Amino acid sequence: MPAARSKIRLHYKWGVSEASFRKILYLAGLILLVLLVAILFSLVVAALPALRQFGFGFLIGKTWDPVRGEFGALAFLVGTLMSSFMALLISMVFSLPASIFLGEYFPHGKVSGFMKSVIELLAGIPSVIYGFWGLFLLVPVVRALETVLGVPPQGVGIFTASLVLAVMIIPYAASIGTEVIRLVPAGLKEAALSLGATRFEVIRKVVLPYASSGIFAGVLLALGRALGETMAVTMVIGNSNFLPTSIFSPGNTMASVIANEFTEATGNLYLASLIELALVLFIVTTVINILGKLIIHKMSTRK
Amino acid sequence: MKRSWMVFLLFFALLGFYGTGAAKEVELIGAGATFPYPLYSKMLDTYYQEHGIKINYQAIGSGGGIRQLTNKTVDFGGSDAIMSDKDLKEAGAPVLHIPTCAGAVVVTYNLGGDPQLKFTPDIIADIFLGKIKKWNDPRLTAINPEVKLAGTDITVVHRSDGSGTTAIFSSYLSKVSSEWKEKVGAGPSLNWPAGLGGKGNPGVAGLVKQTPGSFGYVELIYAFQNKMAYATIKNKKGNFIKPSIASTSLAADTALPEDMKVDLTDTDAAGGYPISGFTWILAYKEQDYAGRPEEKTKALVNLLWWMTHEGQKYAEPLHYAPLSKAAVGKAEKLIRSITYKGTSMMK
Repeated sequence: MPAARSKIRLHYKWGVSEASFRKILYLAGLILLVLLVAILFSLVVAALPALRQFGFGFLIGKTWDPVRGEFGALAFLVGTLMSSFMALLISMVFSLPASIFLGEYFPHGKVSGFMKSVIELLAGIPSVIYGFWGLFLLVPVVRALETVLGVPPQGVGIFTASLVLAVMIIPYAASIGTEVIRLVPAGLKEAALSLGATRFEVIRKVVLPYASSGIFAGVLLALGRALGETMAVTMVIGNSNFLPTSIFSPGNTMASVIANEFTEATGNLYLASLIELALVLFIVTTVINILGKLIIHKMSTRK
Repeated sequence: MKRSWMVFLLFFALLGFYGTGAAKEVELIGAGATFPYPLYSKMLDTYYQEHGIKINYQAIGSGGGIRQLTNKTVDFGGSDAIMSDKDLKEAGAPVLHIPTCAGAVVVTYNLGGDPQLKFTPDIIADIFLGKIKKWNDPRLTAINPEVKLAGTDITVVHRSDGSGTTAIFSSYLSKVSSEWKEKVGAGPSLNWPAGLGGKGNPGVAGLVKQTPGSFGYVELIYAFQNKMAYATIKNKKGNFIKPSIASTSLAADTALPEDMKVDLTDTDAAGGYPISGFTWILAYKEQDYAGRPEEKTKALVNLLWWMTHEGQKYAEPLHYAPLSKAAVGKAEKLIRSITYKGTSMMK
């Protein structure tokens, strides 16, 4: 029967493309893995002269002196971690309420749509523009604040950089948080409400704990973005190669130093040290991501 | 399916032919210093209009220019700094430094009313070392008696990126302050003892303009164009010189070595501005390397001759100091010494 034969032929066609489709997927995954390893490998190879020269001392060295060939990454490591974590804390003040607002109170409708577009727009603004905005509008404001507080009124510094970074990373935590909060089963919420909980208690005791691992994943994504941000930070952080003494002091981050000094770096040791900085940043980001995933795993298996 | 693949292949093949077919004329590539980029941009564009030879210059920084020339990926490099012995060893063959123009680094500040201030070399060094911290320091008020200086803090501003401007400035400071020479030294990137960093000349200018009481250094052009206040500095002969195109040219009015690898800072010239420097085009002396054809060498030699002669008229309108007659004479000798397979390209 011709109909049955064509059906068999159809199944056979799907069978073949099913296998080759899977092969393509495996290949794509493998290519990504190879790419990652290749990046790591090329960083290590290029940083070898500095690795051999400084060893572990690179991570605790406080001096970055291209003239004498002494390179130490501590000031930049501290600057990166300080500005990123501060930015995270500041951004969470905005992204968490925004997630609850858009996920729980106004999940659908015109207000929700508008707010979501605004938040996504924040993510789309190029970082150089954030840098300019920070330099010309935020710095004078911070300088006025510093004058009031009695701190040297320089305007630029780790605090300003954290503020700019915070605005940049709000969308990442907010959009993921919104989705996760919206996905909390209605049954769970209704059960709590039927037991007499107020809306606030439902959010605090049911919604947030349920969505906590997802919210944390969004926070992790935002942190990753903040750690690697270069252009916006380098314009407002003050570019001072000293260990920051307070949140208002100028500092520097690893990404900012690499971007600034790479083109003019003459000499193998200088170049290798800059690439070793890149390697350190790579490893720090990876470690934080792994830790974050472990925490998420723990949070979700606690249910 | 098969037909669409063939169409794609044909399309790309045609693209390939088009690409190679158009590269019949000689084209030159250069890379290096950002300081002379506005001037080179104008010169190279004019040269293209007049002589039909396309030259592409990428302003990636003096360090980048030296590196690309060493890697033989460019025909010539641009640098505000003289190649060190280490750089020359890596290059492997003699590299000529042909000057194209001179520039000045000015110290600029942000004080109410934009007063015209005078500085001596040791004061500048001590401010950048972080030793003089307030504007009403007795050493400053002593040489500026007619200006009322308040007790505000001096916020030092320097470059956050590596640059030829920093190289010239730090070379000057190393000459006039032994403490600076010992503690910091000279070079395109430094371990600054104090202050904030701005990215590029525009970054420093921006920070100084915004921060009251700030004190930084920029190329003369930036101070002019941004209408910033800049200082008059005492030079080696004891005269207080205001930075300008004229005083920058005068700084080169000293004994010039044959290879033109001269640092013009702290110049002996009586009317010369003390923080001036040449910018050079770097090219290998013997041009027969990496399979270069003779036409490229001829084109390069003609370009260099034009840049040091007819091209000089574009310097002043763009606020660069043109080469003096003595400097042009030395440049001519250097250009004549460029050889291809041992024979000079220009008699």
